[in-house]
Amino acid sequence: MSKSRAFIPLLAFLALAGLFYFVLMKMGKGEYNPRDIPTEFIGRPAPSIDLPNLLDENDRVKSSDYAGKVWLVNVWGTWCPECWKEHEYLMHLSRQGVPILGIDWRDEKADAIDFLKQKGNPFVEVGFDPNSDAAIDWGVYGAPETFLIDAEGIVREKHAGALYPQVWQEKFAKYFHAQQPTE
Amino acid sequence: MIPEIGHFALVLALVLALIQSFFPLVGAQKGIASWVAIAKPVARLQLVFTALSFALLTWSFLQSDFSVLYVATNSNTSLPTLYKVSGVWGAHEGSLLFWALTLSVWTTAVTLFGRSIPPVMMARVLGILGLLSVGFLMFMLFTSNPFDRLMPPPPEGKDLNPLLQDPGLALHPPLLYMGYVGFAIPFAFAIAAMLGGRLDAAWARWSRPWTQVAWVSLTLGIALGSWWAYYELGWGGWWFWDPVENASFMPWLAGTALMHSLAVTEKRGAFKAWTVLLAIFAFSLSLLGMFLVRSGVLTSVHAFASDPARGMFILMFLVTVVGGSLALYAVRASKVRSYVRFDLVSKESALLLNNVILVVACAAVLLGTLYPLLLDALNLGKISVGPPYFNAVFIPLTAPLVALMGIGAMARWKRDSLENLWPKVRVSLVASVVFGVLYPIVVMQRFDWLAAVGMVLAFWVFFTTLKVTKDQARGRGLGGLSLSHWGMVFGHIGIAFFIVGITLTSIYSTEKDLRLEVGESYEMGGYAFTFNGSTHLQGPNYSGDRGEVVITQNGEKITVLHPEKRNYRSGMPMTEAGIDAGLSRDLFVALGEPLGTEGAWSLRLYHKPYVRWIWLGALIMSLGGLLSAADKRYRVLARRTATEKSPVGATA
Repeated sequence: MSKSRAFIPLLAFLALAGLFYFVLMKMGKGEYNPRDIPTEFIGRPAPSIDLPNLLDENDRVKSSDYAGKVWLVNVWGTWCPECWKEHEYLMHLSRQGVPILGIDWRDEKADAIDFLKQKGNPFVEVGFDPNSDAAIDWGVYGAPETFLIDAEGIVREKHAGALYPQVWQEKFAKYFHAQQPTE
Repeated sequence: MIPEIGHFALVLALVLALIQSFFPLVGAQKGIASWVAIAKPVARLQLVFTALSFALLTWSFLQSDFSVLYVATNSNTSLPTLYKVSGVWGAHEGSLLFWALTLSVWTTAVTLFGRSIPPVMMARVLGILGLLSVGFLMFMLFTSNPFDRLMPPPPEGKDLNPLLQDPGLALHPPLLYMGYVGFAIPFAFAIAAMLGGRLDAAWARWSRPWTQVAWVSLTLGIALGSWWAYYELGWGGWWFWDPVENASFMPWLAGTALMHSLAVTEKRGAFKAWTVLLAIFAFSLSLLGMFLVRSGVLTSVHAFASDPARGMFILMFLVTVVGGSLALYAVRASKVRSYVRFDLVSKESALLLNNVILVVACAAVLLGTLYPLLLDALNLGKISVGPPYFNAVFIPLTAPLVALMGIGAMARWKRDSLENLWPKVRVSLVASVVFGVLYPIVVMQRFDWLAAVGMVLAFWVFFTTLKVTKDQARGRGLGGLSLSHWGMVFGHIGIAFFIVGITLTSIYSTEKDLRLEVGESYEMGGYAFTFNGSTHLQGPNYSGDRGEVVITQNGEKITVLHPEKRNYRSGMPMTEAGIDAGLSRDLFVALGEPLGTEGAWSLRLYHKPYVRWIWLGALIMSLGGLLSAADKRYRVLARRTATEKSPVGATA
């Protein structure tokens, strides 16, 4: 075997290791996140929502009521521990005047009402979605998931997992600054 | 206190691993006998402390000691005992400890079974394995200590990932890890041989049984994972080309090539440098898999808690181990010459082609796995390379490999000719074409070209393997055949079963997603599925629904299936499919979502012909590997080398 040919595996491996190093550095700086699954809906008109109101049997929750506003859709359920975690922060956002439409997904009605009574209700309205009607339209993978819809009715951001101040600052806050606090 | 002792045992194991690598390696190079002699006892002592540490972590799980962070995040008091034990290796930190333990067990096994190996070679092998232990133990102690405390301890732990709460999956990771770590043994032998400057047949002979056992573990581990995915994920699929599946499949491909190449090096003294390279590849790909899974650079259903700091450590480890060994290879292998000549038509050529195809297939899987990562990292967009790519690349590559199997097993070493081979394969060829084409028509009752091709290949392997066995047994009877030969027979017949399974399942399966009211039924594949509604279900750490589906054929009751939908305390919904297994078909029912208030559900029904043959094939292959490893030749040859007192037996 010639001398130079014996070095090929080593060089190929070092190139590969270089790629991995590059990716890890980007991940470390937060520039690259493989778990950040983009939703097809970003940049597209938000799917319409028409669900029974969790807290009022005679009412329906409709997305058309939110036209012209910057608003959030938060998919949650009492069965989801991460949703309990983010609840406090949603309350905070709600006090700041951020309109949040809640979708209570695959839940027990009584549990959900109880949860909101005990821990407070951060939502303008809560749609009850036990059969995943809206969740399927919105391409929900798991709970919690939060979407941001702009005044033109276009989905601008999506976050999978609990909402924390850091995520809020990075992804969502800018849409509210531009428009000046609502209400 | 117990966790601190476990932690301390790990530190001691690290110190011993350092001793195990430094003194024997330096001693072997400089010829210091006492430093060489230290290798065996230190390696065994290292096992004692690693095992102690593992036992204490298991103890913490059994005692539900939630002051240990790892226990608190992966166990709770209502978890059944079996899953408390399997929880030990159910997440990142504990599975690393399991890696370290497995490596230590393999190392000690080498000291016990390798009595014939000359002390200097043994010292080098144990030294290399010691270096690998150092890497794993440091990784654990510096980035992922399973004994880290959580203060104040929570009253109750979280749940073990519900996906892992299954008997099949309790065993899937240990078998895989045994396979990955097992490839460290041929790797260590190859490096030791290069360090000693003697790249001959001896290291190949010593490595062969170890490689086979490691390969068997990996085969069983992958098969178990595939079987589990089939019945637990409720998608009815058995292989998804998921990056983590690929991470286990790449070492398997390289390991399969290595097994065949080792045979050539041992028996004929050919492919010396190539075999060393394959030994490095097989283990490097195992480490690469570990990196891909645990650094979080790729996404998959196999969610390990991952972070870039850990990724960086594994990358450093990877660069040291793989880079170091490939650099050694580059320096040493160029001096190796194989003086063995063989003809174009010979067993050597067939095995070389086998190796080339397996390595190319492996490279194709690697490319498909890393390509999305490369694009994403360069901001060229997110793509996913899925089954279409892999199937398009893999099937055309492996079909010639299977065709070659029949001839390779039959060809003579060194020199053979087509005139000589043709009469031997003639009957098999005709028979496999006839049976392969007729099978879809007669048995499956619908002709399909791809099915015919698959069945021809399967019959071809089957008939040629029988023919080789018959020829070999001439004059000495079946009992006179070596276990090695039987290993080849079962290995190849396992492949034939596997091909039957994948061919018929992928072509003739039918599936249906539908809504069924209580009492409503649906007919598919000649079976009527009647949904009898669902009842509430309460398990130790989950609640859920249990459906009842009665299956009848021509009005006769075949079976009653009970698919389940469970909601674990951790909030994760899980599907337990109801399956009626059979040799010629599986009937598979999974619950979707409850619909409306009348008790209707969405259900997924599958009729999967011959799907069992996939795992049956893997079992038969594994049996072949075990038979080969048990061949008495290794022991006899080993004893002879020992009595000759020469460090190496030169057969080439």
